[in-house]
Amino acid sequence: MIQRAYIVPGQPHIYLAPERNAGWASLRQAYQAVGREIANSGAELLLVYSTQWFSVIGHLMQVDPNPKWTLVDQNWYEFGEIPYSFRIDPAFGELYAGICKANGMQASTVNYHGFPIDTGSVVALKLLNPDNAIPASIVSCNIYAERDESRALGFAARAAIEQYGKKTIVVCVTNLSNRYEVGDIDPSRDRVSSAKDDEWNRKILEMLGEGRLEDVAQVAREFGREANADMGFKAIWWLGALMGEHNRYDGKVWDYEPVWGTGSAIVELTPSAKELDFEKEFDEAAPAIAVTGGTGLQTHNVLGEAPKRDEQDTEDATPVIRTERAPKPVGPYPHARRVGDLLFLSGIGPRTPGTNEIPVGIEAQTRRCIENIRAILEDAGSSLDNILDVTVYLTDMKRDFERFNAVYAEYLGHVQPTRTTVGVDSLPTPIDVELKVIASQ
Amino acid sequence: MNGQIVGGLLAPHPPHIVYGENHWRNEPKSECGWEVLRWGYERARKHFLAKKPDVILVHSPHWQTVIGHHFLGVPEFHGLSVDPIFPNLFRYKYDIKVDVELAELIAEEGRNDGLVTKLMRNPNFRVDYGTIVSCHMINPEWDIPIVGISSNNSPYYFSNEMGQTQMIRLGQATRRAIEKSGRRAILLASNTLSHRHFTTESDIPEDMSREHVYEHSGYLWDMKVIDLMRTGRTKELIAVLPEFMDHAVSEVKAGSLAWMLSALNFPDYPGELYGYWTVIGTGNAVVGWDPQLKAAATTQGAAASV
Ligand SMILES: [Fe+2]
Repeated sequence: MIQRAYIVPGQPHIYLAPERNAGWASLRQAYQAVGREIANSGAELLLVYSTQWFSVIGHLMQVDPNPKWTLVDQNWYEFGEIPYSFRIDPAFGELYAGICKANGMQASTVNYHGFPIDTGSVVALKLLNPDNAIPASIVSCNIYAERDESRALGFAARAAIEQYGKKTIVVCVTNLSNRYEVGDIDPSRDRVSSAKDDEWNRKILEMLGEGRLEDVAQVAREFGREANADMGFKAIWWLGALMGEHNRYDGKVWDYEPVWGTGSAIVELTPSAKELDFEKEFDEAAPAIAVTGGTGLQTHNVLGEAPKRDEQDTEDATPVIRTERAPKPVGPYPHARRVGDLLFLSGIGPRTPGTNEIPVGIEAQTRRCIENIRAILEDAGSSLDNILDVTVYLTDMKRDFERFNAVYAEYLGHVQPTRTTVGVDSLPTPIDVELKVIASQ
Repeated sequence: MNGQIVGGLLAPHPPHIVYGENHWRNEPKSECGWEVLRWGYERARKHFLAKKPDVILVHSPHWQTVIGHHFLGVPEFHGLSVDPIFPNLFRYKYDIKVDVELAELIAEEGRNDGLVTKLMRNPNFRVDYGTIVSCHMINPEWDIPIVGISSNNSPYYFSNEMGQTQMIRLGQATRRAIEKSGRRAILLASNTLSHRHFTTESDIPEDMSREHVYEHSGYLWDMKVIDLMRTGRTKELIAVLPEFMDHAVSEVKAGSLAWMLSALNFPDYPGELYGYWTVIGTGNAVVGWDPQLKAAATTQGAAASV
């Protein structure tokens, strides 16, 4: 359902003052070309995340169906004002906020006349969706959110998009290096405020051009520190989680220009089926589940710079296990977590890795479930023989129990884990069986 | 000529206090909330409005500018201020008169001293909620014109000290301009002290059983700086502010307090503490300096010595 993603800058210079600088004009042209591409894509929803919409109490989702106002930017008002009237899809915002809340995150919807929509979202929607042909949804950027929370927000977005079932294009409004010229400059002589920032921007864009989204997510911290990237470049964690946390995209850098000293680029990322010679090793493991009650608190930076961060989310994170050999989780949770010598697996169903197909019949489903569990355990350095405890969920105990039991005995009879079998009304996807396992290392 | 500053206040702006008050200008309604701060503000209001000021100047952290220091430059603003962070608590109808002449004078004084200053001339500009809350708490009638000043982010790219040095110069420029203007002026520094705050909100935002300072160290810092204010040691205070900014992520980083103390020529007489309480865990103090209370014998040097 996610067709593709764009990374775009949110400065009003591009929309309001293209005549003052060739680079701003070029960004505007690229923006409009992307807008035409979006118009022809058949997309049914534009999901916008903007680093210029700050929130501090969790995240906010815009659900006013028709927000209208005249934006006068607090900094760049000399370029003029932007009257806007947008078409928002409130149902998606409600769903997204609901999924966040169900996962223990703080989230609220916003539907207030006169709510100040941030300049980044306004610029992006004006240029990408000038006629409001496609309904949009906008989500805020929490100034404290660290990697975990930004990822959880991304996973929740993915779950919401899947549940909503509409063709969606994702728009991430963020700058690259974000050091503004602090005095009045001659716009025609605008340039990135340091060679170092420029080099970093180019390095990031090279990776994005190759579709290596997850690699960029892995170096976001360094980029944030070294080039004062916009809000620590946390937008990329959200985008990565939403898009699938890998490097298999077709990337295209439409444009890269300075805007008042900052680095501004337009990038397109389309999921691709390409095979990679090698897949990178992730250098950081972190829990994928939502962080209850917001982040571990970082700094409130009243000046709107990226919050300072420490390494706490890597230090005390219990290692999380994910594998490509088992079907992707259907929500913001990992396949398993390790605590000491124990492995706690999420409830594992019978979907086929890669295709997500559900086998027909309880025998085939049970087999697939246990094979999925085997893959997860093996990738975690364990095996089926180390299973200690199993909870079995069956949606039709009467019909399926005996046949389930036979397959179970075949795989696990000799292992003798403790077991509980429960009949349930339904499972999150149309499957007949799910197993919840605890194993030793 | 012979204008003067008749009062300076640390006047923080959490929108919660307007929400707690149930003022007709604010749409959301509450049962109660943050009374200690609100009642402190009432006492401060009584004291300083009795001085019959011609103008109220306010420096706000929520109008953030990159290129220098900006001033509201239109005689009147009317509109609706919806707090982007707490839209559930603050949707406020405002009608603001601006003393554009004084704003221009300060901008000019600042420019002459090498600062970048600008006047914001678009009547559709949305006045920030920091400006509105601080002014509302001191003059809810809005019958005195204001001068609204932005907080300039940029020098802090380099260091807290560099940012503060610029605010001190802006304070001196403000003082000179007020003296030239002939106005009687009150200054509002719209800053919270310790600024770590909760990242969740209770179902009843005004549930005061949930309200307490976020952390002990924030409280220690708040008491330390309040004590320096109460005992008239504002030069010492200025010296520790950059450290305070880092340790308690204080909103004084926006520079409002340094600007005001500088405009007051660094009072060596006690500031009156009108109230201290927390709002979603942040420390908020209302403190006022009345130059009439300045002891005749004590004078302090100019900003250059700081
Ligand atoms: Fe504030």
